[in-house]
Amino acid sequence: MYGKKLFAALAMVGLVGACAGGASPSPSAPIKVEIVSWWTTGGEATGFNKIIDLFNQRNPQWQAYNSAIAGGAGSAAQAVLQSRVLAGNPPDSFQVHMGHELLDTYVTPGYMDNLDDLFGANNWTSQFPKGVLDIVSANGHYYSVPVNIHRANVLWYNKKIFADNGLQPPTTWDAFKTVAETLKGKGITPLAVGDSGIWTSGQVLETILIGTLGADGYKGLWTGTTAWTDSKVTQALDTFKMVLGYINPDHSSLTWDQAADMLISSKAAMTIMGDWAAGEFINKQFTDYGWAAAPGNDKIYDALADSFGIPTKAQNKDAIKAFLTIAGSAEGQDLFNPYKGSIPANTTAGSPPASAQQYTDYQKSAMAEWKTDAIVPSLEHGAAASPSWRGAFEQAVTLFVANPDVSATQQQLASACKDAKVCQ
Amino acid sequence: MKRPTPDRLLSLVVIAPSLVAIAVFVYGMIGWTGFVSLTKWDSLRPDYAVVGLVNYAAVFTNPRFQIDLRNTVVFTAFFVLSSLIIGLTLANLLDRRIRGESIFRNVFLFPMAISYIVTGVVWKWLLSPSSGVNQLFGLDPATNRWFTDPTVLSISPESPAGHVLADIGLGFLASTNIGIPVAMLSIVIAAVWQMSGFVMALYLAGLRGIPDELREAARVDGASEWAVFRHVVFPLLLPVTLSAVIILGHISLKIYDLTVAMSPQGPAYATDVPANFMWQTTFRDGLYARGAGVAIVMLLLIVLVVVPYLVWTRRQEVEV
Amino acid sequence: MTVAPSPAADRRVGAPGATRGHSSSGRRPHVGRLVLYAALILFAAWYLAPVYVLLVTGLKSSHEVSLDRMWTLPTTLSFGGFADAWTALAPNFLNSLLIAGPAALISSFVGSLNGYVLTKWRFRGADLIFTLILFGMFIPYQAILIPLVQISHDLGLYGSLQGMVLVHVIYGTPITTLIFRNYYAGIPTELIEAARVDGASFSRIYRSILLPLSASGFVVVLIWQFNSAWNDFLFAVTLTSHDNWPITVALNNLAGSFIVDWNVQMAGALIAALPTLVVFIFLGRFFVRGLLAGSLKG
Repeated sequence: MYGKKLFAALAMVGLVGACAGGASPSPSAPIKVEIVSWWTTGGEATGFNKIIDLFNQRNPQWQAYNSAIAGGAGSAAQAVLQSRVLAGNPPDSFQVHMGHELLDTYVTPGYMDNLDDLFGANNWTSQFPKGVLDIVSANGHYYSVPVNIHRANVLWYNKKIFADNGLQPPTTWDAFKTVAETLKGKGITPLAVGDSGIWTSGQVLETILIGTLGADGYKGLWTGTTAWTDSKVTQALDTFKMVLGYINPDHSSLTWDQAADMLISSKAAMTIMGDWAAGEFINKQFTDYGWAAAPGNDKIYDALADSFGIPTKAQNKDAIKAFLTIAGSAEGQDLFNPYKGSIPANTTAGSPPASAQQYTDYQKSAMAEWKTDAIVPSLEHGAAASPSWRGAFEQAVTLFVANPDVSATQQQLASACKDAKVCQ
Repeated sequence: MKRPTPDRLLSLVVIAPSLVAIAVFVYGMIGWTGFVSLTKWDSLRPDYAVVGLVNYAAVFTNPRFQIDLRNTVVFTAFFVLSSLIIGLTLANLLDRRIRGESIFRNVFLFPMAISYIVTGVVWKWLLSPSSGVNQLFGLDPATNRWFTDPTVLSISPESPAGHVLADIGLGFLASTNIGIPVAMLSIVIAAVWQMSGFVMALYLAGLRGIPDELREAARVDGASEWAVFRHVVFPLLLPVTLSAVIILGHISLKIYDLTVAMSPQGPAYATDVPANFMWQTTFRDGLYARGAGVAIVMLLLIVLVVVPYLVWTRRQEVEV
Repeated sequence: MTVAPSPAADRRVGAPGATRGHSSSGRRPHVGRLVLYAALILFAAWYLAPVYVLLVTGLKSSHEVSLDRMWTLPTTLSFGGFADAWTALAPNFLNSLLIAGPAALISSFVGSLNGYVLTKWRFRGADLIFTLILFGMFIPYQAILIPLVQISHDLGLYGSLQGMVLVHVIYGTPITTLIFRNYYAGIPTELIEAARVDGASFSRIYRSILLPLSASGFVVVLIWQFNSAWNDFLFAVTLTSHDNWPITVALNNLAGSFIVDWNVQMAGALIAALPTLVVFIFLGRFFVRGLLAGSLKG
């Protein structure tokens, strides 16, 4: 009577058990090395896979693969990553923005190995600019290898619109106002913004803060040496309020690339965006674009980078060390960056072999500036502050964009600094 | 006392795995999350030091969370009501011996099969002010801003009504935190598109369960079609309506995929929902304890709605 | 198009109600029917508009895809979008099948057995137990994500397809139990009592009496669970490893971090929606019949 039922139950258990068993890899097959990123498509995936292919070629005992989850700067990837790290099962390496996004999230709680030996062995302390070395280190130790550098404070403009109206890209925010007024009079949106993810508006405020406080003043905001209650911050917020009067009314329904497309259709004249915008223009076969530093940002490089480190509980540390060696080298960076649209962090790079993908004009000019400009860490892209501080900043910006209350927002920004335990 | 028969034992054994699973994976985990919400865990390194209700204070005083609560109430009210009305209407329309009934029924029902993410992406396009339905119907993008509209329909403190409220000590009601965010209504449109077919199916089943004799009897007594509906049909549909309200209600309280795909935050958080706030607090900001607090608050809201219903149905069955 | 009311034919059980009003003039039903169909068609247009946009965008080339030309038909039919989408999604399509299929099957049997026990083998506290189980379907899943990852890792199921099946079975138990409990509550207890008196056992009653009557219930539950498991994103993205990603995760990946090929994404969305759409189209009428039998009534 029960026999049949029991048998069936045991069979089911057995079936599940058998499936859960899984096959173990044969001893001669290469060991899989898992690298998590959010580069799923496009130039960035192509470029990254080139580094991976090179690594696999030179290290047949390993097989690295790009375990990518999309979501825009890792939003879905973050949840997966953190759950895994929490459970003690991190991937062999993962993409993370250089700076506080890595340091506060993974290094301070003790989940990453320091890379001092790797930096020493590869002589990276003299190949990466000091500004970058500062950003990737905590307590005097290095924790990640940046594979690229993007610049966030670039003003892109439609050359034809500017030429037709006799305009020059504005170098100060006052000049911006004049240019914007002219454009507005002609029925052209002066500044295209696509902030459905709010970070684009945050980025605009970031460039205004840099332009108003200067490189050192801006850096001080994130270390506690510049007070958020300073009058220059008030001035920056007033400028932000002014700028918001010149953007497209449907900004919160657009993504940054849809806003950039407004330049292509000549509906808008300018957009403030990182240099990945060039990739969008190239993709849409638009060539009549010009670039300049955002107003007030001349000779200041607002930097962000994608970087990789070694989780303390990673399975294949030797493999990752070899991988990072390639990724941080001039050779590796010249393979990746022409496709990505960014520039190499390694200053000795810049000359890919003739047979490989070459750098564009924008990238070449950016590389020259990278060597001489003052380098500041970007907030909106994880370098300047922890994700929770950035979240509080973005919350203040969200409310400001809908209702520009300068004093209330300044207070919110000041308390965000206190919550982050950087300000008193 | 009767010894339990082998069959009765077997019946308990059969249901036991479900009980254990629910005990662990529902109640156990909720308990764990509740515990975490009382700690000061705020980074990837778990910190189980208990600090009391600090996190809840931080959550409730956060202006974004207050906005989220408002959004949830508004979304739930409009979503549930619209789905019920449209579902009932469609069921009535389909209940009239239509040619091609199964085709229409499939058309109304199929959105249920589509994931919320797909729905959100497509409706984001359809309600995009610069194109979409505005383009199709020649509507002015400046006034029809759909989910980019920052307007919140509320009583302004400066208005006459606002002054009256202030006089009687209810001044706090005259703020945007007690209002209707117009942008949220666009999300409602997408959600109703997705779920009204399901409500229609429920009502269709309900309608067909009503014996014709009841309707005929009312008609013979001289009642109009509308009176028949109001006094005979609709009361008999109450159980179906209640089921639909509970199902729709709990979906709307934990809505996430749809808003994230369509409009994650909206202007001044007009389309932000608690589930999104919880996700970002936990996985973007790394504030695990605070995120757990948000999750528990979400749970409590659901409990407020669901538990009375569960108690009511139990009582109903006891009576029967 | 006139319809003569035929009460005799309409008294069949389950037939559409004969709700035609008695009107004196022959013209009113005619206009009424026109209005009826017009209303239905308008509604149908609302429901189908997104599908139109999905199709039309999926069939455009990536240069032509743009927000402001959303409604226009493609100038040239380009299947590149569908081809790219399929290449990207094919392996994950299989993963989704291997998750949603078993999950739907197993959880429907679990629900059926639970419903059977709770209605025909009542014990003290059975109602309370049922309510406690039912509550599980209302919880926000974000609230249990982190401990779930921890447990699935401890059980060695993290990243696997079996783990996903287990998760869907567990969290699907409340709704499947609800549906079957309501369904079996409608089956007269006398039937069971008579069998018991004749000496039939627990499993015999289930196999010989309940199961044959359960077809509609199973259809409703299978459709519901398959749909829910197939379209899940939250558990999928958190609990599966790279090789086992279901199609929802892969679909989300079609969006590059900055550049989005809308034609590929829309084509991919259609591909990802196809199985559940097919299930609904072919089994939709059984779904309604199942609901009629009381599956989800209060």
